[in-house]
Amino acid sequence: MTDTVTSGHRESAPRRVGFLGGVAALLLITSVVALAIGSVRVPLPDLFEALAGGGTELHRNIVWRNRLPRVLAAIAAGGGLAVAGAAMQTILRNPLGAPYTLGISQAAAFGAALSILLTGVGAGSSRGGLLATWLTPIAAFMAGMVSTGVILALVTYRRATPETMILTGVALGSLFQAGLTLLQYFASDTEVAAIVYWTFGDVGLVGWSRVGLMLAVVLVATAYFVRHGWDYDVLDAGTSTARSLGVNVESLRIRGMAIASLVTALIVSFVGIIGFVGLVAPHIVRMVIGGTERYLLPASVLVGATLLVVADTVARTVLTPVVLPVGILTSFIGAPLFISLVIEGRDYW
Amino acid sequence: MTLEIRGLQFAYGEESVLDGIDFTAESGELLGLLGPNGSGKSTLLQCCTRLLEPDGGEETLEGDRVGDLPADERARRIGYVPQTESRTFPASVFETVLQGRRPHGGWTPSVRDREAVEVTIERLGIDELAARNVSELSGGQRQKVRLGRAIVGDPSVLLLDEPTSALDLKHRLEVMDLLVEHVRERDVTGLLAIHDLNLAARYCDRVALLADGQIHAVGAPDVLTSETVRAVYGVEASVREHRDRQLVVPEQPATGSRADVQSTDRTEDAPGAVEGTATDD
Repeated sequence: MTDTVTSGHRESAPRRVGFLGGVAALLLITSVVALAIGSVRVPLPDLFEALAGGGTELHRNIVWRNRLPRVLAAIAAGGGLAVAGAAMQTILRNPLGAPYTLGISQAAAFGAALSILLTGVGAGSSRGGLLATWLTPIAAFMAGMVSTGVILALVTYRRATPETMILTGVALGSLFQAGLTLLQYFASDTEVAAIVYWTFGDVGLVGWSRVGLMLAVVLVATAYFVRHGWDYDVLDAGTSTARSLGVNVESLRIRGMAIASLVTALIVSFVGIIGFVGLVAPHIVRMVIGGTERYLLPASVLVGATLLVVADTVARTVLTPVVLPVGILTSFIGAPLFISLVIEGRDYW
Repeated sequence: MTLEIRGLQFAYGEESVLDGIDFTAESGELLGLLGPNGSGKSTLLQCCTRLLEPDGGEETLEGDRVGDLPADERARRIGYVPQTESRTFPASVFETVLQGRRPHGGWTPSVRDREAVEVTIERLGIDELAARNVSELSGGQRQKVRLGRAIVGDPSVLLLDEPTSALDLKHRLEVMDLLVEHVRERDVTGLLAIHDLNLAARYCDRVALLADGQIHAVGAPDVLTSETVRAVYGVEASVREHRDRQLVVPEQPATGSRADVQSTDRTEDAPGAVEGTATDD
């Protein structure tokens, strides 16, 4: 009898660990490929040489100035959006939980547009003073946190249910979308262009300092969610059960939402709106290895990062020499992928 | 003496639900909480496990005030099976039972936690379902999984909110058998809300009848008489002896009964309510 138990359970543990390892390996491989290909192909030996600080100046420039920050930004943004989405789905107990459904992305876009409108097109570009460089991201971040703040306030003071949170998020999202449209209506042509370009979502415009900041925040957030993975497992069994097992449900929800929103707002403020990664990555993980949060959270980071590295590489190379913003591509791929996940994998949730 | 409740009070806003509950539940006994819908059975259980914070009164567990215990320690000592539960995302039987080890542990399950789960699901006879998704199981199997989650941490008190209500005859008996066996073997204090009077009479060592936020009567199952059933449930019932236990056969709603009174004015105290303090032994 014990054998049945043992095999029954142990079967899924190696599968999960294997999945984690497999996706990690895949992420490494796709990252190397992403560094190597593009308008200029860098052969693998030259690539490693350039990474080590040697090789030709051209290769060093391409790798260190252009592709490496780009790939790392894709890893941070994809991983961060995915872990935020996974955490939100768990906390809200809703498979639709994601940065976009909660209005955070739209709010950040509104904030960015507002800063562009108030300070001129120069804001957000890498030229100009420190303030100008950081103004758009800061405005986007603050607006994103407003959306989060409203939802968190509802949870804290009105004891809102997960359903209320999602509905509020949807309402806030369309409110900020309306605000964004209004701003665009009053903006000049160049400002509209800047706003629209910003909302495309692109990991190619991110400098090293921002990449570093994103990576650090995503890493800390992931560590937090992994550390509390078991609590989130228990939370999914329902509030009563979780509380009776000693979990402080309110604080777990509020902290989780705050961290997930912070990660989202930071990423959106740096790279613009990149849809569907936060929604699709956790669902892919759930389909393959099931919904255990202890594995779901770290696995979502890896899947999200891989998805965005692949998507960005395709966006860079599919129409060479045109470099598409990756946000367009994720929306194109994400929508049908999500629909097929929902239709074919309905039984997994 | 294990679980002692003194003067427990709870109100949802203005509406008083528990109005001075007193009882003592011993280790190794199963105490059934009986009473009509809205009589406060679930509220009482939720106060005991501190899902609801009582407005007054005291709950002590082996002399420790439950309200003062840290959440993890309280969770280790008091297991709880809620009336209903719905999951959004799937989880296997093993993972679900494993959740019950959470108050024992570190941030992730240890080998000991997994071993405890294996022992528990084998005891409950659900080991062959270990890798199955809980949502694919029948109601009876699912209830065993939830019982497993509550007992895998070896709590000294076990609270169950109508664990058999949604089950068929066979699973009712199976779940109750498992429950009684666990209570006896581990010397656990079992407290369960239950609607089925005959099931209560058969399995519970004692029953407590709740009405109007107070304990109307408490004692061995033979407190279930035509009079108490009429007073508490507002139902005329015949009570028969069958194989040395009470068998309650409901006949018809009593006229001018307590239930009617209750629906018009909840706060009115029923005449002849007996303040139930159960301190035998």
